Amino acid sequence: MKRLQFLLKDKLAAASLSILVVTIVAGIFAPLFAPHDPEEVHMELRYAASSWEYLLGNDHLGRCILSRLIFGIRPSVLWVLAALAVSVGIGAILGFIAGYFRGLTDAVVMRICDVMLSFPGYVMTLAVIGILGVGLENILIAFVLMKWAWFTRIIRTSVMQYAESDYVKFSKVLGVSDIKIITKHMVPVSLPDIAVIASSSFGSMILQLSGFSFLGLGIQAPNAEWGMMLNEAREVMFSKPEFMLAPGLTIIVVVSAINFLSDALQVALDPKLLASKYKLQGQGPASTARLQGKEVA
Amino acid sequence: MVSYIIKRSLLSIPLLVIISFLTFGLNNLSPLDPVEVILHAQGVPTITDELIVETKAALGMDRPFLIRYLNWFVSCLQLDFGNSYVTGKTVWSLLAPAFLNTLKLTLISAAAIIALSIGLGVISALREGKMTDKSIRGVSFFLTSMPPYWLAALMVWYFSVQLDLLPTSGMDSYESYILPVIVITISYTGIYFRMVRSSMLSNMNEDYVLYGRASGLPEKKITMHILRNSLQVAISVFCMAIPIILGSTVVVENIFAWPGLGTLSVKSILSRDFPIIQAYVLVLAMAFVLFNTVSDIINAAMNPKLRKGH
Repeated sequence: MKRLQFLLKDKLAAASLSILVVTIVAGIFAPLFAPHDPEEVHMELRYAASSWEYLLGNDHLGRCILSRLIFGIRPSVLWVLAALAVSVGIGAILGFIAGYFRGLTDAVVMRICDVMLSFPGYVMTLAVIGILGVGLENILIAFVLMKWAWFTRIIRTSVMQYAESDYVKFSKVLGVSDIKIITKHMVPVSLPDIAVIASSSFGSMILQLSGFSFLGLGIQAPNAEWGMMLNEAREVMFSKPEFMLAPGLTIIVVVSAINFLSDALQVALDPKLLASKYKLQGQGPASTARLQGKEVA
Repeated sequence: MVSYIIKRSLLSIPLLVIISFLTFGLNNLSPLDPVEVILHAQGVPTITDELIVETKAALGMDRPFLIRYLNWFVSCLQLDFGNSYVTGKTVWSLLAPAFLNTLKLTLISAAAIIALSIGLGVISALREGKMTDKSIRGVSFFLTSMPPYWLAALMVWYFSVQLDLLPTSGMDSYESYILPVIVITISYTGIYFRMVRSSMLSNMNEDYVLYGRASGLPEKKITMHILRNSLQVAISVFCMAIPIILGSTVVVENIFAWPGLGTLSVKSILSRDFPIIQAYVLVLAMAFVLFNTVSDIINAAMNPKLRKGH
C-alpha cells in the first residue's frame, strides 16, 4: 500500500496510470463510450473534418474516427495485454520450476530458452505469420511463442536469488513442502520483479503489433485497429496528412504512459531505489543492461 | 584465448543444427498443403488429387520428414535454398541481393546508433540530474514511444513532399539512405543510450573512481577510466544490435520501398512463398547466433575473468 501511495505521489506516474486505466476501461466498454458504430459507412461524409457529431472527423469511408479509435483499443491494447499475460504466466511457471528445483529440469528448460531466443523477435513473428497466415490471432501466437522464453529466463534469475536466501533454506530444513515454499515464500517476493519485467515489454509489444497491422499482416478490414487505421491513412498521406495524426498520437500517448509507468513501478517496487530515489534512478547493474539489450529483439 | 574461441564456436554448432531443424519443421505446421500453394501460384486452373500426388512425387515431398530435412539441410549448406514457388527463380538469387541491401542499411544505421548513444549516454551520465541530462532523457523517452513507421511517414511527407529535398522511396543514390537511416536510428538510440548511461553511472560509483579521486588523478583521466569500463558492457550489447536491426527493418523497408529482406519477406508472406520465408528465417537466425558468438568472444578478449568460467 505504501508503495502504491509512493507511486501516486509522483504526478506523472499518476497521470500515466489514469491514462492507462481510462484506455482499458474504454476498451472493455467500447460500445458504451463510442459515439457511433465503428463500421458504419457514410460515403457522403468521406474525409469530413471534425464536427460536433464526429469529434475527430471521418475516414475514407466516412466512418467515425473517434469510435474506431475506441474500438481499436481492443486489439491494439487489450489483446496485447492478454498475450503478455499468457507469456508471463508460462514464463513464471517455468521460471519458478527451473529456478527453484535447479538440476536437470533447469538445464533442459534453459537450453530450450536458448534455442527460442536465438530467433530474433521480428523474424520469429514473421515466420509464424508466414506459416499460419495473416491475422491478429497469429501475431498474438507469435508474441507468446517468442516472449515466454525471455520471461522464463528473467524470472528464473530472480527466483534463484530468493531460492538461495536463508529463510527459504530454513523452511526447507523445517520440512515445509516445496509447493508451500513457492506459493508462500517465493511468489510474494518475486511478484514485484515480475511486474516490472512484464510492464517493460508491454509498450514495445503494442508498437510491434501496430507495426505489423500497418504492413497489412495483422487484423483485417473492416475491423478497427490503430496500426490498421494508420495504414488506411497512409494511402492519402500526401493529400491529407492530418489523418495520420489521431491514431499516431493515440499510440504515442498510450505507449509513453505505459513506459513511464513501468519506470515508476521499477522505482516504487524496489526498496533500494525507494530509499534513494533520485540517486539511483535509471541505474542498474551491468547485467540488467545486457539483458535489456537482448530484449530489444 | 584460442582455446576459448574454439570452444565457444563449437558450442554454437549444435544450436545452429537445432535452429535449422526448427526452421524446416515450422513449414510442416502450416495448415496449407505446400503442393497446393505451388499449383495455385503457378496458375493451374483445376487442382485434382492426381495432380497433387504427381507434383508431390516430382518435388520429392512424398518422402519421410527426416529424409527431406537431411536433403534440405545438405543443399542449404551449399547455399541452395530451393526455388520460389511464385516466380520459380532460385531463392538464393532473390535473397542474396536483398540481404546485401538490408545489410548496408543496417550497418550505416548501427554506426549512427552507436555513435549517438555513446555520445548522448556519456554526456547525460556526466551531467546526471542537470537540465542536459533531463532533456536528453525526456526527448529519447518520447521518441522510443513513437511508432517508427509513423515517424517515417511524417518525415516522407515533410522532407520529400513538402520540401522536395529527398526521395520518397527506393534505393537509387546516397540520398535514399538518409530518411530510412534517420528513422531506424531514432527508434533505437533511445534504448541503447539508456544502457550506456546506466553503465556509466554504475561505474561512477565504483571504488576505483573514489581511489582515483583520492589519489588526485585529474577528472579527465578518471572519466577515461569510467568510459573504458562502461564501454566493455556496451560492446556486447552493440554487437547484438546489428542482427537485431537486421531483423527488424521490416516496417521501415516497407515504407521506403527498400529492396531488402523486409520487403522480400512481407511479399513472400502475403503470397505464401514458403521457401523464401524458410530461407529468410534460417539466414537471420544464423546471423543472430553468429553475432552472439562473436560478441561473447570479444567480451572474453576484453575481460579475462569471463574466460575462466568456461
